Amino acid sequence: MAKVKHHNIPLDQIIKPENIVFKRTKLFTDNVLSYCPGCGHGVAHRLILEVLEEMGIADKTIGIAPVGCSVLAYEFMDIDMQEAAHGRAPALATGIKRTNPDKFVFAYQGDGDLAAIGTAETIHTANRGENITVIFINNGIYGMTGGQMAPTTIYGMKTSTTPYGRDPKQMGHPLKITEIVAQLPGTCYVTRQAVHTPALVRKAKKAIRKAFEYQKQNKGLSFVEIVSNCNSGWKMTPVQAVKWLEENMLPYYPLGDLKDIGLD
Amino acid sequence: MIVGAIVVDTERCKGCELCTQACPFGIISMSEDVNSKGYHYAYLADPYACTGCENCALVCPDTVITVYRMKVEEPSKAKN
Ligand SMILES: Cc1ncc(C[n+]2csc(CCOP(=O)(O)OP(=O)(O)O)c2C)c(N)n1
Repeated sequence: MAKVKHHNIPLDQIIKPENIVFKRTKLFTDNVLSYCPGCGHGVAHRLILEVLEEMGIADKTIGIAPVGCSVLAYEFMDIDMQEAAHGRAPALATGIKRTNPDKFVFAYQGDGDLAAIGTAETIHTANRGENITVIFINNGIYGMTGGQMAPTTIYGMKTSTTPYGRDPKQMGHPLKITEIVAQLPGTCYVTRQAVHTPALVRKAKKAIRKAFEYQKQNKGLSFVEIVSNCNSGWKMTPVQAVKWLEENMLPYYPLGDLKDIGLD
Repeated sequence: MIVGAIVVDTERCKGCELCTQACPFGIISMSEDVNSKGYHYAYLADPYACTGCENCALVCPDTVITVYRMKVEEPSKAKN
């Protein structure tokens, strides 16, 4: 803990519009996010919107909402959005991008959506090198439907369908779909990030920015995984979940770039 | 020196406490009161020690924290 130093400047001198250094982006609607307290979806939403705002491309962007907890993403992001059937966001994104090549198109998907029911769309869209950005929120679980095991559930992890922990003999192995996507020649930038500490939030935002810069240069599919938490599904408090994520998720899903072919 | 302050939108705060962990000075606490949804909300427990570093706002999943920061010329005397 850093050492506290006190000052005696009256707070009303500090709390003035000209001193604002961080505020909620206008690209959020006024709706209260439907996510549980402490859920990483909220930070991920914000980073995307901040990047679109900073790049000045919000009115040229079309987002695809998935099925999962973020099914209502279009209620929170004040940009053009389309809702896809479960797992089909990359297919829908393909159609939208091909018919609107001047637009920025991104798919926002959970791990159940992207790595289970939508695996075919994920892999083939990446392999075709569609010029879209995929934001992949990996919380290792099916959050919306009650915390069932997902392909990404790590070894030993307890979920409502693996009450004794995931046993690979019976349930197979946690799927590192981001590593698979990175192998495909159609992808230009593939990275794994997290958003549970201030430093990681800053890094994740840079990664999302880079993903959209790649799209601007028509380099192929850019893919940003965000290792996130599901406090309710994991049956932990948000603070416990973040600690658990650090200690258990990150060793299996190490952070960093898996592929970066280079911007012009 | 740099001085700062935060303003929490207490009605939208869901009481997750992630900001209390992110604050490098440990000066954010949770209220005894609850908001209309029943959540204990975050507040700056030691308001004259905030530097406006933004860490709390960066990890806040509901973006309920606005951060203010300014430079003051003379190093002012400590309050306590
Ligand atoms: C075709 C179809 N199959 C199954 C479902 C049920 N279903 C809704 S959300 C979901 C999983 C979502 O998990 P994930 O993508 O990890 O997102 P999270 O809720 O964790 O953010 C499932 C299986 C559905 N809505 N449609």
